[in-house]
Amino acid sequence: MSARDVVLGRVRRALADVPREERPEQVPVVRDYLASHSPADPVGMLAEHLADYRALVHRTDAGGLPELIARLLAERGSGSVVVPAGLPKGWLSAVPADTVRRVPDAPSVTAAELDAVDSVVTGCAVAIAETGTIVLDGGPDQGRRRTTLVPDHHVVVVRVPDQVVESVGQALPLLSPVRPLTWISGPSATSDIELDRVEGVHGPRTLEVVLVRE
Amino acid sequence: MSGATGTYLGMPPFPRAAKDAVRDATLRANLRHATHTIRDKRAAAVAELPDWPELRAAGAAIKDRTLRHLDHYLVQLEERVTAAGGVVHWAADAAEANRIVTALVKETGEREVIKVKSMATQEIGLNEALAKAGIRANETDLAELIVQLGDDLPSHILVPAIHRNRGEIRDIFARNMARWGRAAPETLTDAPAELAEAARLHLREKFLRAKVGISGANFMVAETGTLVVVESEGNGRMCLTLPETLISVVGIEKVVPSWQDLEVFLQTLPRSSTAERMNPYTSMWTGTTDGDGPRVFHLVLLDNGRTDTLADEVGRQALRCIRCSACLNVCPVYERAGGHAYGSAYPGPIGAILTPQLRGTAGELDASLPYASSLCGACYEVCPVAIDIPEVLVHLRERVVQGGPVTVRGTRTRIRPAKGHAAERAALRAATWALDRPGAMRAGQRLAGRSRRLLPRRSLPGPGRAWTASRDLPAVPAEPFRDWWQRRTRGEDGR
Repeated sequence: MSARDVVLGRVRRALADVPREERPEQVPVVRDYLASHSPADPVGMLAEHLADYRALVHRTDAGGLPELIARLLAERGSGSVVVPAGLPKGWLSAVPADTVRRVPDAPSVTAAELDAVDSVVTGCAVAIAETGTIVLDGGPDQGRRRTTLVPDHHVVVVRVPDQVVESVGQALPLLSPVRPLTWISGPSATSDIELDRVEGVHGPRTLEVVLVRE
Repeated sequence: MSGATGTYLGMPPFPRAAKDAVRDATLRANLRHATHTIRDKRAAAVAELPDWPELRAAGAAIKDRTLRHLDHYLVQLEERVTAAGGVVHWAADAAEANRIVTALVKETGEREVIKVKSMATQEIGLNEALAKAGIRANETDLAELIVQLGDDLPSHILVPAIHRNRGEIRDIFARNMARWGRAAPETLTDAPAELAEAARLHLREKFLRAKVGISGANFMVAETGTLVVVESEGNGRMCLTLPETLISVVGIEKVVPSWQDLEVFLQTLPRSSTAERMNPYTSMWTGTTDGDGPRVFHLVLLDNGRTDTLADEVGRQALRCIRCSACLNVCPVYERAGGHAYGSAYPGPIGAILTPQLRGTAGELDASLPYASSLCGACYEVCPVAIDIPEVLVHLRERVVQGGPVTVRGTRTRIRPAKGHAAERAALRAATWALDRPGAMRAGQRLAGRSRRLLPRRSLPGPGRAWTASRDLPAVPAEPFRDWWQRRTRGEDGR
């Protein structure tokens, strides 16, 4: 007998008390929790909750975005930046090409090469106000998962209010489970030493979130 | 150290292990500081959500639906994971799971793997099994790294090195990092930020080089075949994204029916666990994705006593557990005894009901675990899936003392009453006899009242000695309550 048959057989014998005719959906699950906690100002709450977790939050409009991104990379002293294939052309237009090397998000770029890159600039799929979360789904303006993981400085652009939802429950239906998803709530952190939170272990230690009003 | 941390095998029963732990002043101070810090934060995080009771009830209901139809959901999950390019394996016990994973790693030709913190692989002793096959498993969670470098055992579900303070961690890093890779900086102090930085540098080269990653999962969605790992540091993302081969070992009870169900657990787990609105990183993946992440994905579905637990209608609620560790942080027994005394990967109140069900109560340690509690109920109050831990504890005590029907490795059997509980059984029989006979009870109480000067002040003789070893015996009153009550009510009635 295969291990599969052994385990499934044990499960079925263990559930001898469950009526044979009972269907899974007949076991009641009451979802009377709130669909959202209805923040008065979701974008404001997103900014506040991101800041709570030491993400650096900036606000601008479409016109000011290129200057802002250029300034953030310059302040960081970045000499190189990973660029997802579908990043809107204008976003890096104010970043000087002679001093900041563009590294494409391509399969040929190894993890070790990414490790030598200073920054990464991406968009996102959706942002959640209540939890202060940015979700990446590998879309063309975000790239492969490792591109937002290995460099130590991540600048992520959120279009507000379009890309902002109030709650986790509102975000899930907008996301496709077929795509690899990364939910980011503040920079890398640990509470492993005496349960004190310390920002910065393996993921990008600096997370800058740019809220662009459209 | 060979990638192997210590083992829980052959640990003494809870009371003996706990006795040593409570004498360790550093350990007690570390634990008290940590558990009190986190429990207050958790309360604040939970208080932010006015619908917490509804979320908690929904979480319990979703898990109950899953457990009552576990075969259905497992088959569905297998189908979806396979359709998405994953390979599903089944393991009836720890040895089988270890064999499968070891063979999979050997196939890749690698001698080294990187690991995300995982309770399931801790439970089955995977690191030790891999070490025997000459494969080193590098733990990458900061706390697991502290434990591994210190040749130690985890003592908490969320923060396995909770028993170590910053000074001890500094010493472990300074002393042992060089043996396994990049050494700690010479100037390392005990500042948590510096310790985290040392771990970052030590592990970075391992991440960049690794070809095989091993993980567990917090949830598996049957409807979509999606696995979910929640974490804080980014080591999880590294292990799930950079290697070419990913092997996930997951307990069969971790399945949830639908994508929508995540809306409940992604609210309750972070707030219960690290007391955050959301943990820094959550990774979700369905099979493999072209050009992004591992090209090969294996899922090992682990039973290892879970179906035996499922067969117990009272005890099966323990399988709802989402491993948040809130019950540890509020438990007065855990706070004093620490995690090691529980003798398994699952310490604290949840361990006291899970371990004896996963492993059975035949061993001395496992039979002692249902007693590692004062039944105060704080664990039940904070549990985000409403596991009535005190109810299961009492149920398991009854099983230990009286024996009865259980399922062991899938086979129904009867266990005999455990040895060493003869006094308890005799006391219960005597109590039943006396409570059925009010006359005898009254006579006995009066006799005790009159002879109370002859009774021992502090400790009982004979088999009662164990009970009074850590408690003072309550004083026997001069007059039984029932006599006093009758006298009093008669007086008021003027009779």
